[in-house]
Amino acid sequence: MELFEFFREDRMPTVFCPGCGNGTVMNCFFRAFNELNLPLDGTAFVGGIGCSSRIPLYINSDVLHTTHGRAIAFATGLKLARPELKVVVFTGDGDLGAIGGNHFINGCRRNVDMTVICVNNNIYGMTGGQASITTPHDFLSTTTPYGNKEFPFDLSEIAVAAGANYVARWTTRHVHELTRSIRTALQKKGFTFVEVVSQCPTNFGRRNKMADPTQMLEWFKEVSVRRDKAKAEALDHVDLNLAGQITIGEFVERNRPCYEEQMGVAKHE
Amino acid sequence: MSVSPHEMFVQGNEACVEGALAAGVRFFAGYPITPSTEIAEGLSAKLPKIGGVFLQMEDEIACISAVIGASWGGAKAMTATSGPGFSLMQEAIGYAAMSETPVLLVNVMRGGPSTGQPTRASQGDVMQTKWGSHGDYQVIALAPASVQEMFDLTVDAVNYSEKYRVPAFILSDAEVGHMRGLLSVPDKIHIVDRKETGLRRHDEAYDVPDDLVRPFPTFGKGHKAVITGMTHTDDFRIEPEDAKVHSDLVRRLSEKVLRNRKDINRWELTGEGSPTMIVSYGSASLGAKEVAATDPKVGLLRLKSVWPFPEEPVAEVASKCDRMLVCEMNLGELYWEIRRVAFESGCKKVEFLSKIGGDPPTPSEVRHKLREMGAL
Repeated sequence: MELFEFFREDRMPTVFCPGCGNGTVMNCFFRAFNELNLPLDGTAFVGGIGCSSRIPLYINSDVLHTTHGRAIAFATGLKLARPELKVVVFTGDGDLGAIGGNHFINGCRRNVDMTVICVNNNIYGMTGGQASITTPHDFLSTTTPYGNKEFPFDLSEIAVAAGANYVARWTTRHVHELTRSIRTALQKKGFTFVEVVSQCPTNFGRRNKMADPTQMLEWFKEVSVRRDKAKAEALDHVDLNLAGQITIGEFVERNRPCYEEQMGVAKHE
Repeated sequence: MSVSPHEMFVQGNEACVEGALAAGVRFFAGYPITPSTEIAEGLSAKLPKIGGVFLQMEDEIACISAVIGASWGGAKAMTATSGPGFSLMQEAIGYAAMSETPVLLVNVMRGGPSTGQPTRASQGDVMQTKWGSHGDYQVIALAPASVQEMFDLTVDAVNYSEKYRVPAFILSDAEVGHMRGLLSVPDKIHIVDRKETGLRRHDEAYDVPDDLVRPFPTFGKGHKAVITGMTHTDDFRIEPEDAKVHSDLVRRLSEKVLRNRKDINRWELTGEGSPTMIVSYGSASLGAKEVAATDPKVGLLRLKSVWPFPEEPVAEVASKCDRMLVCEMNLGELYWEIRRVAFESGCKKVEFLSKIGGDPPTPSEVRHKLREMGAL
């Protein structure tokens, strides 16, 4: 498939800022999807509200651009009403972990077959750079002008604890690993979750001495520590402490039966 | 589709379950809440047996979101809730209106605000049904007053939501939801299916002009539909900065409901031409019905649909009577609409019997009020 069979050429340019990590995620996703030869019209893309939730709008298939935080709930209904569709959700840290946190943990628990890709840029980009639930401790944002005194959520660890069938985290610096994980997630049955720590030079980097996107990518490279929990024996902590380190890797791979199989939800002929 | 004629003695909420299944609902997402829970319980038992999906979600926001998602998957989909759950659903109701998603929402009303009276009836959500989400939009809301109407109007509401691509509501209450009575399932059920993109059929929904109700691009059929709550064009472009696109879209969303008011509105008129006419709906009309049946000086206009507001029957009745009494179980919601239309139609006196606390106005309370008005 050509790039512009997959993406809607007439909708370019995107709304994303120069240097945004969303383009990298779109590129990696396209490669993974293309390598698997998945049917585009047999896949529906769901997004919530925010920069990364806009990614589906550029994909040349059925797209449900929903309300803020509820993408997984919409996707659950869509998947169960039309189980022959592959369902992919694009979301961000605010959409998934703050306003949509309840749907996120229950989505992992319910284990309906879908792939959720969270572009975690540690900030509310679209609204101009407010602190999010993953903004690192003491970092600056427009709503934490004295430094963020809260501690960030670890989205992947939540997904592992809540029961997702596959959980991996990479950064936009790890394009090959990310592409491979997206491929694994798309192939695996049940709720699969891929978190991508991504750069927002405009609204995160600029206020934290990393206005140049390459500075952020260098930073990702320096602080990333690989820890594949799926391969480790002990299921110990997988913390994401962005200020100090970013834990990356495939954290869990398991085969809990997915909801629709257990309920015997029939596919349409 | 034909259902074998049979009768059953059931609760209002159970009749709603039967009506939903008869209308073709095959997807339900719910969250437990009094006094609507029996609808979820009933559908959890029945839907899986006929290839449908029952889903218990983590909250009411997730319920309505899943229902909208299921509708885009092509299923006739519904949820049922009450006061607090209904409040939580409001944002997504606006999304359904903006994205023109057919969904049915059954609100078994209880006393509010807040947790209020979970087990008692009220009609406190009538205005919220119309104005609950932000922005301008119109909905269709039907108000059953009996077990039989819980069935009949549920079927109608599903049909309207499909035909007009709008969120449709059943405004029931704890009284109607929990009352028991005879349900007679008709031999033949009239069913309307949404007008699907690319399909041409001799269906009622296909008679709706394209300039008001657009064809529905079901997901998974290669339509490459982009469905969004943002201001958008018919060819799936997002144009939030374009004043004309926004104005055309939002006006059409309202017009498709308002211009079809005569198709949607339904009511029951007894004692036509009486000098005193009562206007009421839902369980608030039960006492008035008894008074109108026994007193020749008093008639009753019982509204079976409340949104879009049935201007024509109210105007007609108002133009022919000396005085009107509105009975509602709230502090004045539909009263103001009825009063507006009645005064415009030349009726000089419109009084209000408001009762809250959980019980519908009794016949003696209605008579007492009528005596106060000098009508008896």
